[in-house]
Amino acid sequence: MDLLNALVAILNFVVIPAAAYGAQLALGALGVTLIYGILRFSNFAHGDTMAFGTAIVILLTWGLQALGIGFGPLPTALLALPLGIALTAALALLTDRWVYRHYRQVRAAPIVVVMASVGVMFVMNGLTRLVIGVDEIQFADGARFVISVPQFKAMTGLTEGLALRTTQAITLVIAALSVWALFAFLNRTRAGKAMRAYADNEDLALLSGIDPDRVVRLTWIIATGLAVLAGTLYGLDKSFKAFNYFQILLPVFAAAIVGGLGSPLGAIAGGFLIAFSEVALTYPWKKIAEYLGFEPAGLMQMLGTEYKLAISFVILIVVLLVRPTGLFRGKAY
Amino acid sequence: MSSNRQAETTASPWRAPLLFAAVILLVVLEGTVSNAMFSGSWNSALSILNMGLISAVTALGVNMIWGYGGLFNAGVVGFVALGGLAPVLISTQPVAGAWAAGGPQLVLALAAGLATLVIAVTTAARMKGVARVLVVALVLIGGYVATRMLFDPAVTAIEANNPSKAGNIGGLGLPVLLSWPVGMVFAAIAAWGIGKVALGLRSDYLAIATLGIGEIIVAILKNEGWLARGVLNITGVPRPVPYELALQSNPAFVEAAARWAMDPATASAIYVKLCYAAIFVAVVLILILLSELALYSPWGRMMRAIRDNETAAEAMGKDVTRRHLHLFIIGCAVIGLSGAMMVTLDGLMAPGGYNPLRYTFLVWVMVIVGGSGNNWGAVLGAVLIWFLWIKAEVWGPAGMSLLTSPLSDGPLRQHLIESAPQMRYVAMGLVLLLVLRFAPRGLLPER
Repeated sequence: MDLLNALVAILNFVVIPAAAYGAQLALGALGVTLIYGILRFSNFAHGDTMAFGTAIVILLTWGLQALGIGFGPLPTALLALPLGIALTAALALLTDRWVYRHYRQVRAAPIVVVMASVGVMFVMNGLTRLVIGVDEIQFADGARFVISVPQFKAMTGLTEGLALRTTQAITLVIAALSVWALFAFLNRTRAGKAMRAYADNEDLALLSGIDPDRVVRLTWIIATGLAVLAGTLYGLDKSFKAFNYFQILLPVFAAAIVGGLGSPLGAIAGGFLIAFSEVALTYPWKKIAEYLGFEPAGLMQMLGTEYKLAISFVILIVVLLVRPTGLFRGKAY
Repeated sequence: MSSNRQAETTASPWRAPLLFAAVILLVVLEGTVSNAMFSGSWNSALSILNMGLISAVTALGVNMIWGYGGLFNAGVVGFVALGGLAPVLISTQPVAGAWAAGGPQLVLALAAGLATLVIAVTTAARMKGVARVLVVALVLIGGYVATRMLFDPAVTAIEANNPSKAGNIGGLGLPVLLSWPVGMVFAAIAAWGIGKVALGLRSDYLAIATLGIGEIIVAILKNEGWLARGVLNITGVPRPVPYELALQSNPAFVEAAARWAMDPATASAIYVKLCYAAIFVAVVLILILLSELALYSPWGRMMRAIRDNETAAEAMGKDVTRRHLHLFIIGCAVIGLSGAMMVTLDGLMAPGGYNPLRYTFLVWVMVIVGGSGNNWGAVLGAVLIWFLWIKAEVWGPAGMSLLTSPLSDGPLRQHLIESAPQMRYVAMGLVLLLVLRFAPRGLLPER
């Protein structure tokens, strides 16, 4: 019985939150890695793109709520997502047209493009502050739990409860669907194959008649879509605060590099690796140790939650030291 | 980068003096003219100037890293914060009982942590295969547990010592100017660690790694109460200049103020700010002198050669990664100096205020706008952008209420006016993008 309780506690406090967070990081890292693979720079504006997209989704959600439109037990934000993605992608295409295209044409050094992305980051950050402010916003509505703690206890008779929040379930389902769709697109369709060819060898792809502008456009749309998705799911799961989206940039980058920059599969693996390490190392394991019959003196917490950023950083450093190409052999030089 | 660095046309020799005169004029206007745009207070003008000069030091550091090395440091905020720790640890008065409570054990804990890292690195270098991974992991886990066992009780003891007023390890009570070079050393050590790992790989890796170290240093300062009281802030960092109250009670000063037809309170505030400004100008000039001397020495020519063509420099037998590491350490040390200067000016260490947009990316805007690779450009860009950044907070709402005056007084207009201060982020981003695109060499191009 105690063993079961310990398992449930691990599931409740580590596995479920880490899986949801990992899915959000993976979606963010996929966007970073796609932009890196095809446009060949690290997009510092990605975190603020997530924030801006989420802000738009929140505004649309409020609009829908004002009209009395809901989505039953699911958050209204999901209804607002498609339009939010479309608007943010339009903005991303505009930034490409006005900012990044020039640097592609003059074949600028990647670091100059990174600098330009810092400028875009500033603008996006300001726009987010302008449209929605800097306060913390809760915008999840609908049913709060798929399974709540009392329900679970009544069902199983265990002393340890398990809760699965709607937002966590939605995150996992949507992330799985979009990853499946992305891989189907990249592997099956002509456009997706063109993107992969372009990422692999730009000159060869141009020779075989692939339209580079189209590839770039598609990349921005997909990466922005994933970013808005990741941002909205993160916001639903936790809450929306513009500054948190700047801070999530580090775990997202770390996930993309750990997996191997430019490798979509790697980004997903990296996202989950970072998320599980973060949650497992900041969780106090005292309770679980007690179920297993130990009497620990302290909380058995490896690191305070205030240092969770340090975990993605340390993982990043270890990967840079040991295997700079990442788990899935991305590009390191 | 090499494509936009060659001088297309030689700039007019009057360009730099004119631009500097324009910036000085802005400060003078702020001090004298009182209207919707300027406050007409010398107090405010000198405050802006002093912070601008400190930003100039930060920008000089960033300019060394970027302008001479083409390296991207995205964690400037961390090095500023780390430099700011030095005045706290060196110059504040010792906290009674703090050292006795847990000082030696704390030092022991930090030494254990350091030893763990050293042992891990040396074993990693000596061994091979699966055994290496296992041994290194064991060393790290064992060392971590040992460090925490020493560290936690020491920290608890120190933080329990007079927690409402102190709770930190306290300073050494040495003169504050002495802490500035120490701030440089702090930042240099962090830069060495991060540069050792991330240099030599893709240029964006350094950017991402520095982004991480910046966030982590700020997180440590916020959360480690024993170090500098965390978010409770340290106040009363000593000054290298006289205190206003001391001046006001000095009859000679009061008499001098009366001769200038100023009341003693305003006069003392302005006098103190002028003293600071003099020190800061001296620091900026010394830094520029040193880096110009370095730049036109064989070492500087080598650095520029590496920047302009890494492959060729490598073929000539230059160890590019090593040189980049040196440059990165020196630049970060200068950034650390600016952090120490800022804490000295404010008399306050407030880790909550270290915002990456302000301390990292705004400094980048300063360097790019001023002219990357040109030290005078970095100084010009810093003071100019800082002035605009501060004034935009006032000009934004005023401009917005003017722009929206045709609208009726509805919630939309209200929202637009209220959020106008946020417009400065958009404005700074646009300035950066426009300069990068249309004038990549900045206001004062590199000669």
